[in-house]
Amino acid sequence: MLEIRWHSRAGQGAVTGAKGLADIVATTGKYVQAFAFYGSAKRGAAMTAYNRVDDKEILNHEKYMKPDYVFVIDPALVFTTDVTINHKDTTKYIITTHMTTEELKAAQPKLADKEVYTVDCIKIAQETIGRPIPNTPMLGAFMKVSGMYDIEFFKENMKRVLKKLPQKIIDANMVAIQRAYDEVK
Amino acid sequence: MAFEKMELNEVEVWDGNFAAAQAMRQVQIDVVSAYPITPSTPIVEGYAKFLADGYIEGEFMMVESEHAAMSGCIGAAAAGGRVATATSSQGLALMAETLYQASGMRLPIVLNIVNRALAAPLNVNGDHSDMYMVRDSGWIQFDAYNPQEVYDLNLIAFKVAEDHDVRLPAVVNQDGFMTSHTASNVRPLSDDEAYNFVGEFKPMNDMLDLDNPVTHGVQTEEDWHFEHKARQHNDLMTKVFPKIQEAFDAFEKLTGRRYNMVEKYLLDDAEVAVVAMGTSVETAVEVARELREEGIKAGVIGIRVFRPWPFEYIAEAIKGLKAIGTLDRSSPNGALGALYNEFAGVLVNSDQKTVLTNYVYGLGGRDLTKAHLREIFKELKANADAGKPTTELQQLIGVRGPKLAYL
Repeated sequence: MLEIRWHSRAGQGAVTGAKGLADIVATTGKYVQAFAFYGSAKRGAAMTAYNRVDDKEILNHEKYMKPDYVFVIDPALVFTTDVTINHKDTTKYIITTHMTTEELKAAQPKLADKEVYTVDCIKIAQETIGRPIPNTPMLGAFMKVSGMYDIEFFKENMKRVLKKLPQKIIDANMVAIQRAYDEVK
Repeated sequence: MAFEKMELNEVEVWDGNFAAAQAMRQVQIDVVSAYPITPSTPIVEGYAKFLADGYIEGEFMMVESEHAAMSGCIGAAAAGGRVATATSSQGLALMAETLYQASGMRLPIVLNIVNRALAAPLNVNGDHSDMYMVRDSGWIQFDAYNPQEVYDLNLIAFKVAEDHDVRLPAVVNQDGFMTSHTASNVRPLSDDEAYNFVGEFKPMNDMLDLDNPVTHGVQTEEDWHFEHKARQHNDLMTKVFPKIQEAFDAFEKLTGRRYNMVEKYLLDDAEVAVVAMGTSVETAVEVARELREEGIKAGVIGIRVFRPWPFEYIAEAIKGLKAIGTLDRSSPNGALGALYNEFAGVLVNSDQKTVLTNYVYGLGGRDLTKAHLREIFKELKANADAGKPTTELQQLIGVRGPKLAYL
């Protein structure tokens, strides 16, 4: 079982990202779950979304999760929420920030002994898609860190997930995914 | 008006709401009359989009309240059409009056209830308070544990409800957010397969059949009221289960997916079992499997048909169990939980001695963790070994503050 927790603000596309990832993973014959915690969600409110992936049918519906990966797609959430909650020794973190991994660990000591990867998904999204929607670049970075799928296979499938969007937005997302894949450290 | 068919993948990743909307699209409903409420809103939103995109031929009525939504459904069903809607929680509460009209008038409406807590305090998350609130309303009630089952049970609900020997409305329950907003693998039927499974709507006593005038919604006082209610109750007690079984059998033949009035997991040699509804059933199955590796003979009973109450199926399912814990996801507000009382009713006339206890959990979407379930199974094992309750009969699980337990 692979488990992922997303830290996001409502409106940044974590739910769409989690569902998009689930959609792609399901095409490879695996079982998936994608869900989120909603309160009376307001745009900008901190929220979490989740993925489960397994080779067999997923029966576990508890919301409690000790994630294998933590994705943080808003830079401030590292400081305003505990992104390390319910962590395992092996939990890997992919965090959107303009800082380097070393600078981030110095700024947030909780991350000092963790396996942390950083990439500026907000900047990438703004420069490619034209809006600060960091969900698809985060998945590009995840492909690099996890080695889950070949990046070309992933992008081809992501085109299908995004097919209802205008072509130039789809193209921009592909550039964003590739840039995050290349830039994550 | 023509409508388009939709090409679907063999495996889709849908949440429970979208699964319901797709099933509703495929069965070609004549009238959907709806008012949105969280967490059921995406069902009618999705359905309305299918309509706008040309995939649906029927009428979609946007009304001013849930009371009006069900009233619209009742009118359309009495006129002689296939009818459905969706709601949750406060919306269902506002619908309550009209639910009894629908069942009393024997109108085969399908209602998706996305289960959510009832205020106060206001809460949009999932528990079974709304499901319990309407359990005596004369509707058939199915319960889905995941998005695939939401899809499947919608098709089955139309087939059963519209059968001329049944002619009763049916609810498909799913857990708010935990199913309704959780995307997972769903294997849909093609549009033709799904439609043909349910079949063409065959009207009965329809008001638009002008050659055979009928009256709907009459007044009866002490002269006839009891006879109408008795007939409705009799049909729920005797006619519905055979038709559900037929539908389950036909569905298995078509898809390979088997449904039962009562779902039994790991029960054959089980000593202890929990009873639950919704997503909790599946989490409990995972925990039971893990506990078996530790030597606890654990099993799970899932209620698939909540109304009519599957008394005889329960009597069969509990054979040999030494301890049962009933899990109620609704505050009984001054009593033991509904599942506890229903199970006590089955046990009291059986010749076996089974220790029966009650757990109230998960109110307002509070997480039911595997750790909770592990604790519950261990308490049940202690009850089985002692041959009597080792805890209070009713405990609240997962609530902050001092332990709350009663009786």
